[in-house]
Amino acid sequence: MSELLKVTHLQKKFGDNVVLKDINLSVKKGEVVVIIGPSGCGKSTFLRCLNGLEEIQDGVIVVDGLPVEAGKREITKLRQKIGMVFQSYELFPHKTVLENIILAPMKVQKRSKDEAIKEALELLDKVGLVDKKDYYPRQLSGGQKQRVAIVRALLMHPDILLFDEVTAALDPEMVHEVLETMLSLAKSGSTMLIVTHEMSFARAIADRIIFLDKGEIVEESSDAKSFFIKPTTERAKKFLKTFDYE
Amino acid sequence: MANLGIDVLFKGTNFLRLLQGLWVSVEISLVSVAISILLGLVVGVLMTFNKLWLKAILKIYLEIVRIMPQMVLLFIVYFGTTRVFGWDITAEAAAIFVFSFWGVAEMGDLVRGSIKSIPKIQFESAYALGMDKKQTYFYIILPQTIRRLIPLSINLITRMIKTTSLVMMIGIVEVLKVAQQIIEANRKASPNAAFGVFAVVFLLYFIVCWPISRLAVYLEKRWA
Ligand SMILES: Nc1ncnc2c1ncn2[C@@H]1O[C@H](COP(=O)(O)OP(=O)(O)O)[C@@H](O)[C@H]1O
Ligand SMILES: [Mg+2]
Repeated sequence: MSELLKVTHLQKKFGDNVVLKDINLSVKKGEVVVIIGPSGCGKSTFLRCLNGLEEIQDGVIVVDGLPVEAGKREITKLRQKIGMVFQSYELFPHKTVLENIILAPMKVQKRSKDEAIKEALELLDKVGLVDKKDYYPRQLSGGQKQRVAIVRALLMHPDILLFDEVTAALDPEMVHEVLETMLSLAKSGSTMLIVTHEMSFARAIADRIIFLDKGEIVEESSDAKSFFIKPTTERAKKFLKTFDYE
Repeated sequence: MANLGIDVLFKGTNFLRLLQGLWVSVEISLVSVAISILLGLVVGVLMTFNKLWLKAILKIYLEIVRIMPQMVLLFIVYFGTTRVFGWDITAEAAAIFVFSFWGVAEMGDLVRGSIKSIPKIQFESAYALGMDKKQTYFYIILPQTIRRLIPLSINLITRMIKTTSLVMMIGIVEVLKVAQQIIEANRKASPNAAFGVFAVVFLLYFIVCWPISRLAVYLEKRWA
């Protein structure tokens, strides 16, 4: 399998504050990588570096053979290869569901409106929201908004999808519908990087688990089951304990 | 019954003159408002850019507008430019220039405020979809800005219309001036005219400004 994303010696600072230290990671096509770690350890910042929303101070990020460099003109081309879904959905409030979804394919990729609509409706149908196509975001529940945000990212045909705690803002009964959508994406062969606090979901979906703490990769495992049962590092053990109530 | 002096309004062409005066005033306002909205959008967007020299220039501009009374600007532009540069600009053009100069600054500041009130992550959400800066402003940020802006700018527009009466000072035949002329001309025959005529002027302004402010309230409710 070919390598889609390669991160070498990435360092990220905010001022003097080193938030990510010497991160190395490579992701193959079709792989699902789940990143877990305590709040503030740099998970969001890491994802944001990958599509150039943050500048990095050292190291190299390569997506599909091209370097990611924030602030360069070429970054808009690269971002089309990288879909991102945010915790707070970030749909465009002045546009309907359908308009939200077809805007970038039409304006950025110059696809025809008819073709964009056709594909948008197919995908909306898959997530059970085709009847909501003319609704405005404020008329949808959190779970529905998040599924629209996923469809919006998918319509750009990205090579990699980044998910940043996409269920963290949802009411518990809506978490499931969004995770189901992600599971079926994983089954269909999508390459995904997922930051989540849903541990049982992480175990079910991950080809590889990465435990990030204080800006460093502390533990990495391609056997999700045994990672959750028996993490090798003390720090991972301690972190996983915070999810147990016995 | 007390004579309010309204009758002088209907002598000869007085009322027609008053209406014409109001029209000149509305015309100056409309043109200045149109210029202010269009250029204000541009200036407001520029104000949000992170260029130091741009920020400095716009800040100086804003300060000039804040410190200088419109009256002074009006005199400088109308009389000053004739003296110094020998330009012969009409009073109307001078008024439009000064009101636009003021309106663009105020509008720009409103636009800047509205853009700043849009969460940064909306920009990022657009960038993440591969949009460039121009597309992001055009399709995502400005449409949202305009919705927030409409009630605010209508407030500005009403204020601009009211302030056009200042123009009288440099001699445009404008509502208050016409009113003054009517009152002067009838001082002997109808000493109470001042009250009646100003009441009518008030009413005319009210008729122009009231629908605009109602619209503002309506839009505010709709888009709040
Ligand atoms: N824009 C920023 N400016 C300064 N510090 C930031 C900024 N964004 C994040 N940080 C800091 O970087 C660290 C990692 O944050 P983040 O990536 O959001 O963590 P996580 O997503 O794992 O909770 C935190 O200490 C946070 O305070
Ligand atoms: Mg985070």
